[in-house]
Amino acid sequence: MTDAFYSLTSNAMFGAALTIFAYLIGVSANKKLRTPIANPVLIADAIIIMMLLLLDIPYENYKIGGDMVETFLAPVTAALAVKIHSQLKELKENWLPLIIGSAVGSLASILCVLAMCRMFGLSDSVTASLIPKSVTTAIAVPISVSGGGIPAVTVIALMFTGMLGAMFSPLMIKIFKIKNPIAAGTAIGTSSHALGTTKALEIGDVEGAMSGIAIGLAGLITTIYTMFMA
Amino acid sequence: MKILSQIAFMLLICLAGQYIASLLPMPFPGSVMSMVILFILFLLNWAKPQKLSEVNDFFLNNMSFFFVPSAVSILTQFELIKNNIVQILIICVVSLIVTFAVTAYTVTLVINLQNKFRKKRQKEETA
Repeated sequence: MTDAFYSLTSNAMFGAALTIFAYLIGVSANKKLRTPIANPVLIADAIIIMMLLLLDIPYENYKIGGDMVETFLAPVTAALAVKIHSQLKELKENWLPLIIGSAVGSLASILCVLAMCRMFGLSDSVTASLIPKSVTTAIAVPISVSGGGIPAVTVIALMFTGMLGAMFSPLMIKIFKIKNPIAAGTAIGTSSHALGTTKALEIGDVEGAMSGIAIGLAGLITTIYTMFMA
Repeated sequence: MKILSQIAFMLLICLAGQYIASLLPMPFPGSVMSMVILFILFLLNWAKPQKLSEVNDFFLNNMSFFFVPSAVSILTQFELIKNNIVQILIICVVSLIVTFAVTAYTVTLVINLQNKFRKKRQKEETA
């Protein structure tokens, strides 16, 4: 790689532009292919990783622009308050099922991961890394660390889970015959955090709002559960 | 101007959320705290959703875009999961399905119970 090219890719503009182009390709491929596997985020990530590998660009260079995009995750998540506020009536009537559903679901998630890790004979540190994988990054990583897990493994597992949630939530709603949008939204947010919520927003306003609340609820509840586990 | 001031407002909310989250005894994401703060401001009528609509509509319509960079980190961390990648994937798929089904059915069940209870109370009140 030439020096000029190297210095160009270390410009924040490079990572940001690559992310946008890859995402645009992902969105248009998703529209054409019409299959849940063609998830825009998954396609975008595959394109970026292939580009970096093919052109031998260090991840650190991409990360400069990537971090710029990631910074906006905070205001983007905060914007969910608009959706939640638009569903105030539903929320007032259904806060109890929302909390109980999220609490029971989060417990099921932890127990399921524990049982399967034991079944596969995975190490304690991998198990600890996977336990909080259904909740949002900022909550999952500290839980993983305090249990002796590896943060990077947690982040990978929670990205997998989030992408799978974004891909297959509509299918699961059909298969499990979930008629109530409040139940569907809470299930998406509890099982696949903010990344799943992006799909919930597409499905409907009630689903998006409930999923948004469930991100916070599942995170809090999982923190409490893991405090007792330690 | 309108869009600039909306972005500025959202960033201020996020800074406040980050700060308040750091005061909590357990780790809690600043982003989710910012969501709570903004929601409370709406409830108190100190902020109006309509006045933030340009920027927030943009954020909500393109939400998944902002998640793209974080998964690229798998590039440098692949060694860590190489040996267990199949098991980890299976665990992610199965636990996602289990968590989804358990949550959805629990919510449906509690809503049904709640509706029965409310109807019963309504009947008693009218009787």
